[in-house]
Amino acid sequence: MITTHYNTIGIGIAFSPNLKANIYEAARLALCFNARLVLIHVGNRTTQKEVTLKEIIAPFKELHLEYKVVYELGDPVEVILNAIKVKKIDLLVLGALQREKLVKYYVGSIARKITRSASCSVLLLIKPSVERVPCKNIVVNGLSSPKTEATIATSFYVSHKLEARKITIVEEISQQKVQVKVEDDKTLRKATIVKERLRLREESRVKKIVTQIPEDYKKNIRVKTQSIFGRRGYSIGHYAQLMRADLLVMNGSNHTSFWDRFFTHDLEYILRELPTDVLVV
Amino acid sequence: MNPKEKGIHIFLKALPKNIFSGFVVSLIALPLGLGLAMASDAPPISGIITAIVGGVIVSIFGGSNVTITGPGNGLVGVIIMAIATLQLEGAYAAIAVSGGLLLLLGFLRLGKVADFFPSSAIQGMLAAIGLIILGKQFHIMLGHKIVRDSNLEYLLEIPHTIFQSFNHQDIGLHYAAIAGVISLGIMIVYPKLRNKYLQLVPAPMWIVILSISFSYYCELILGTPNVIHPDYMISGIPNVEQIIADVKLPDFSHINGFLFWDSVISLTLIASVESLLSIKAVDKLDPLKRRSNVNRDIKALGLATIISGFLGGLNVVTVIARSSVNVNNGGTNRSSNFFHAFFLIIFIALFSTQLTRIPLPALMAILVFTGYKLASPIKAKQILLIGKEQIIIFMTTLIITLTVGLISGILIGALVTLLMHMIIKRNFIFFFRYVFVPNVLMFKEEDGEEDKEDSYFISVKHFCTFLNYYKLKNKLADIPETADVILDFSMCEFVDHTAMESLNNYQDMFTKKGGNFEINGLDMHNSDTPHPFALRRVIPVAKMLRDVNFTKRQNQLKEIAPRYLLNYYSRKRKEVEFLEHFTYFNTKTVNHIYNQLSNIETGIHLFDVEYSEGEFIAKEVIRSTMLLIKPQSHIPDFTLDKEGFIEKAYALAGFKDINIEAYEDFSKRFYLKGENITDIQNFFSDELVQFFESNPYYHIESNGKGILIFKKERLASIKELKALLDYGKRLKVCIEETVHTYS
Repeated sequence: MITTHYNTIGIGIAFSPNLKANIYEAARLALCFNARLVLIHVGNRTTQKEVTLKEIIAPFKELHLEYKVVYELGDPVEVILNAIKVKKIDLLVLGALQREKLVKYYVGSIARKITRSASCSVLLLIKPSVERVPCKNIVVNGLSSPKTEATIATSFYVSHKLEARKITIVEEISQQKVQVKVEDDKTLRKATIVKERLRLREESRVKKIVTQIPEDYKKNIRVKTQSIFGRRGYSIGHYAQLMRADLLVMNGSNHTSFWDRFFTHDLEYILRELPTDVLVV
Repeated sequence: MNPKEKGIHIFLKALPKNIFSGFVVSLIALPLGLGLAMASDAPPISGIITAIVGGVIVSIFGGSNVTITGPGNGLVGVIIMAIATLQLEGAYAAIAVSGGLLLLLGFLRLGKVADFFPSSAIQGMLAAIGLIILGKQFHIMLGHKIVRDSNLEYLLEIPHTIFQSFNHQDIGLHYAAIAGVISLGIMIVYPKLRNKYLQLVPAPMWIVILSISFSYYCELILGTPNVIHPDYMISGIPNVEQIIADVKLPDFSHINGFLFWDSVISLTLIASVESLLSIKAVDKLDPLKRRSNVNRDIKALGLATIISGFLGGLNVVTVIARSSVNVNNGGTNRSSNFFHAFFLIIFIALFSTQLTRIPLPALMAILVFTGYKLASPIKAKQILLIGKEQIIIFMTTLIITLTVGLISGILIGALVTLLMHMIIKRNFIFFFRYVFVPNVLMFKEEDGEEDKEDSYFISVKHFCTFLNYYKLKNKLADIPETADVILDFSMCEFVDHTAMESLNNYQDMFTKKGGNFEINGLDMHNSDTPHPFALRRVIPVAKMLRDVNFTKRQNQLKEIAPRYLLNYYSRKRKEVEFLEHFTYFNTKTVNHIYNQLSNIETGIHLFDVEYSEGEFIAKEVIRSTMLLIKPQSHIPDFTLDKEGFIEKAYALAGFKDINIEAYEDFSKRFYLKGENITDIQNFFSDELVQFFESNPYYHIESNGKGILIFKKERLASIKELKALLDYGKRLKVCIEETVHTYS
């Protein structure tokens, strides 16, 4: 069983109106995970910026948060991707707009570009808040992919740390797998049976993954599985939005294996319009 | 008996009925076939050939059950143009090629082209076709044959023809006009007569019988030749040998021309639209409630059209009027379509010479009547009721179709619809941004309750119009009609008339087949007219204060209210203090309640409530249906929930689960929480515990004065709402009895 630990949390910061909220979110996360916080800013180091940051982070310093600020010039995407490697960041927090718009600093496609090629987990926040909003309801993908096991494990790890109460594992089953085209009553009956069989198969696969999760992480968490027949990547986002999930956990997209090319595509639906906060493992 | 033998047994048992029904249908198909072919400027026999080929081929290879196939009304306009530009042999080639195209569409499962056109534009196109038929045949009906260039000229000359018909020089023309008018009279009056012997023979056949008898009356009794002018008699009905000898081979020499393909595409489009509309409509009539295999039917129609084109027939389409006669006369399977063809062959073989005794005006009266039915002003009035924008779409399509052509008409109709949507939405980019993005989510709700029937939840985002309705439709097609479906539009900003109309059809279908289909989340959307199919969109808050038109759900609420002795108020109510002492709402802000059903005397209050969680950017707006009951006596504060539903009651985290002794199972299955433990333990008497154990789970909460009951954090469907009401009432009775004993 692969278990993730977030020891170093990075955050890309721009001096935007959301700065305080983003840093608060990241700092709270760092405290929850017992991790170091690295603030990465692409731009000049000025006294004013330093003062602002110090002011914002002060309340967390009292809680013994270990943090570091990195100032670097260059292309934002490259700088941040590089910092991930150099600083050994396990989780990168980025503020993002719900819908992808024209290029804006951080708050736009930069966040998405990084998400597509980062080697660590990325958390995209669409509604950062200064006050703590409890994360209660987590939706995680249960696709049949070699990565899913790690993703589900991570989501349990995260929900344990954030004291979430409910995890819904969504198995998206693409319509092509059903193989029966519904044309009349007979094919409909056939398709319904095939779907039920697929659903049970997927569910038992996911249940097996869940049994391997350490009991400690599963305490006080209600686990639900839901299978959805529909476009992969799209359905889970719509579902998370409908169920008002606080966090959606998705498989990442390392360009390593044949399968991943498909999932990259799946992730695009989510990135196009973020349904909620999204964690890409 | 194995299933196959059983199938044959059922088939044989139903055979006599189907033979009879096929016979009745053939009585209409004969005059209609002749008339439609003549209206299309094709030889009269080609209509019969079409019906025979269609009946044989589609009954063998088709995928629908009680449909009848043959020459269609809609195609008349297109075939006239094809024959005018390509000559008869060229038109046969175009027909054969369009059959091939249809076959291809069937194999590619694209038979549903009709789905991509807005409903009002299709209505406009059909009305234009009706006017084309009516305009052309009206003159022949009154014995005044004219040839004009455009469809419009035919229509504009109708008053002149009426005037002309009183001034015919030849007495034979007067008789022709009289035959036409009498036949039209029969067509109009016949449906209003309710005599069962008269109804045994369909109206078109009465016209045929009467005109043939009249011809014999002249010949045998008066001893004169038929008084009707000989130019106005059907000519050229060949006998069987001649038909076989005269088969005109299609002429493919035009195949490289633009006009040829224009005809082919028009033919294919109209054939598929007409067939699909008919198949859909006939499925609703099917007494055995089967679902037609549309793609298979399209393939069969394509094949039949190819054969028909080569044999000198027209396009084979599914026709609604003949199909409904088939159902009414007891047709139960495709064999009735076969027998309709079989009887047509017999008629032609035995009576082909008799058919020349039918006067043309009589036959054309049948077509004038069907044309009028397609284009009747009542249609336009109905469309106006749906909305002003729909009548603009309808009229534009109608005028363009009449003046320019069918394809231009329907395309411009679609364009105008899109434009109308943009104007109404006041947003031009919105529709382009989301048109290619998936927008439908469907899943089976799993409640963990074993005995529950399948229940599907569908949510639609962004917008739902003719542009992307097929996405929703594909999902709907996967659901058995016996299931429970909840379609939620609360995340969808714009729903158009095409979608509303089709969804209404689905609702009917589900109701007929024992399922339940409900549309939720349209209560915030407003429409300009009270029509149930009117286009709906989310409107700014200020306008909400106006009286809005009720949604179907609201109408149903209003309807069921008196049955439960409740009063219905649809308006929003902002005074919601009575909800604030419930722990569930401790961390939430109630915005307002609406759609209330209440009765103060019996203490029952059901309502939809809108509340929000969190503030500012983290704010989530939730709508849910809840029931508040007020038992007559004091009750302790408590919260009762299904084990595991902790997040609903997380504000209560400080309290621990209260156990009721002697009911281990109850304690295991439910979380019971509250401050005053002894009070609560006393309150949960044996009867009450048993009540909770034996009924479905609800979230139940008491604040000392009232009990709040609900199931899900979303609006309840009418069915769920009724269940909730029933549960609440029984709980109230149960509590009132036990409280009595415990105090």
